[in-house]
Amino acid sequence: MIDIEKANGEALSRLLSAQPLLVGMGKAKDTVPGMKDRMLLHAGPPLTWETASGPIRGGVMAACMYEGWADTPEEAEKLAAGGAITFDPCHHHHAVGPMAGIVSPSMPVFVLENRTAGNTSYVTMNEGLGKVLRMGAFAPEVIERLRWMEKVLYPVLDAGIRLSVERGQEVDVKNIVAQALHMGDELHNRNKAGTSLFLRAIAPFLVETCKNAAELAEVIRFIDKNDHFFLNLAMAAAKASTEAAHGVEGSSLVTIMARNGTEFGIKVSGLGDDWFTCQAALPDVLLFPGFTREDTNRDIGDSAIMETYGVGGFALAAAPAIVQFIGGTPKDAANYTLEMYEITGGENNMFTIPALNFRGTPTGIDILKVAETGVTPVLDTGAAHREPGKGQVGAGIVRMPAEAFLKAAGAFADRYLGE
Amino acid sequence: MSVTKLLKEGPKVVNIGVEQFYADLKTQKAEAVSMDWKPSAAGGDLLARLKKLRKGGN
Repeated sequence: MIDIEKANGEALSRLLSAQPLLVGMGKAKDTVPGMKDRMLLHAGPPLTWETASGPIRGGVMAACMYEGWADTPEEAEKLAAGGAITFDPCHHHHAVGPMAGIVSPSMPVFVLENRTAGNTSYVTMNEGLGKVLRMGAFAPEVIERLRWMEKVLYPVLDAGIRLSVERGQEVDVKNIVAQALHMGDELHNRNKAGTSLFLRAIAPFLVETCKNAAELAEVIRFIDKNDHFFLNLAMAAAKASTEAAHGVEGSSLVTIMARNGTEFGIKVSGLGDDWFTCQAALPDVLLFPGFTREDTNRDIGDSAIMETYGVGGFALAAAPAIVQFIGGTPKDAANYTLEMYEITGGENNMFTIPALNFRGTPTGIDILKVAETGVTPVLDTGAAHREPGKGQVGAGIVRMPAEAFLKAAGAFADRYLGE
Repeated sequence: MSVTKLLKEGPKVVNIGVEQFYADLKTQKAEAVSMDWKPSAAGGDLLARLKKLRKGGN
């Protein structure tokens, strides 16, 4: 007979004891397991070009031009629609990607290692806000920025990270997440403190390894101007930790939540490799000037791994200032966190919230509790334009749809009741 | 509470669920408290099976 409590305790313990460190960088084609030529990874559960949403299509088109597979958006669209490209979820390659989450073979990726379990995770570098590939934009400046990131940002960071590893002083990403929560970040839509702390940690190694002062200044300015730079690193830390919690027989804890702009999908520790999916939510977010609700695409991105990890929307009580970006009041932000304790397996032993007397963040979403209570996970996220090429339209709070959790709960009952 | 007392003192209301009903009472200065509650997301059959699981299966 299965002991769900015990199994969930084991899964939660694996998640909480994970120690994700930044151990390197590399081109996706040389680094990400299973990455192939003419393959593009994307956010969320599996999709086809036909079912792909606007931002995914836009991101694919941008990646085709960045890789040199196409010269124009029209050529890129024709190539992608013609079946010449293999699409695969980031999650099938131990990777995560914010928003469209497109990873192409030449893109540099960070490599994180969970020192406790030995598993690794991968993520691209964050491009910034607005017109960027991950929001489905493919204008010339988007491609130009990606090329600069490959030619300048990547080598400078790579050299610094190598030195930190040689000295046994790897950047401890989890530690930065914990500190940033005490500095007003919730690590999904606010990464201002995390980005600053990362820069502080890596800067001495960059200075020691980069012999070109002008390039080093460019790199530091780029990271400084992009408050979301740390998001990708935090996502990879979350991935390395939640993946370690996967595969515990009898555990009803969620190890993946992800959206591809069309569908929302989850995976559950004790339910093998199956995705449980439903239509993605339509975010009702605070819009940037000039956009309307009709412009908004359905919810998108692997960044829901942050809530799966016990931060993001689950740690909103730590980030009262974020309401200026996503709407609501600081009290609303605190209430979201309090509500999430109803559907989680435990409280975080390292991520704490000063405003709640340093209570640990609600961690380890339990599909059975979601099904029983009707409370669904809350995310604070960015929203993309529904048409390819337009970029970000706003940011705000989104509830994950119950249907995927109910399907998973049904499968869980089938498997463990043996009926 | 007797009917006379109710008419004299007004009702004391405990609202369960939809908060708007509570907000409406408060705007009319009625004495009320609200309890945050949602029905289960799962239907009867699934809920019964989950209950069985919680008790340790067959």
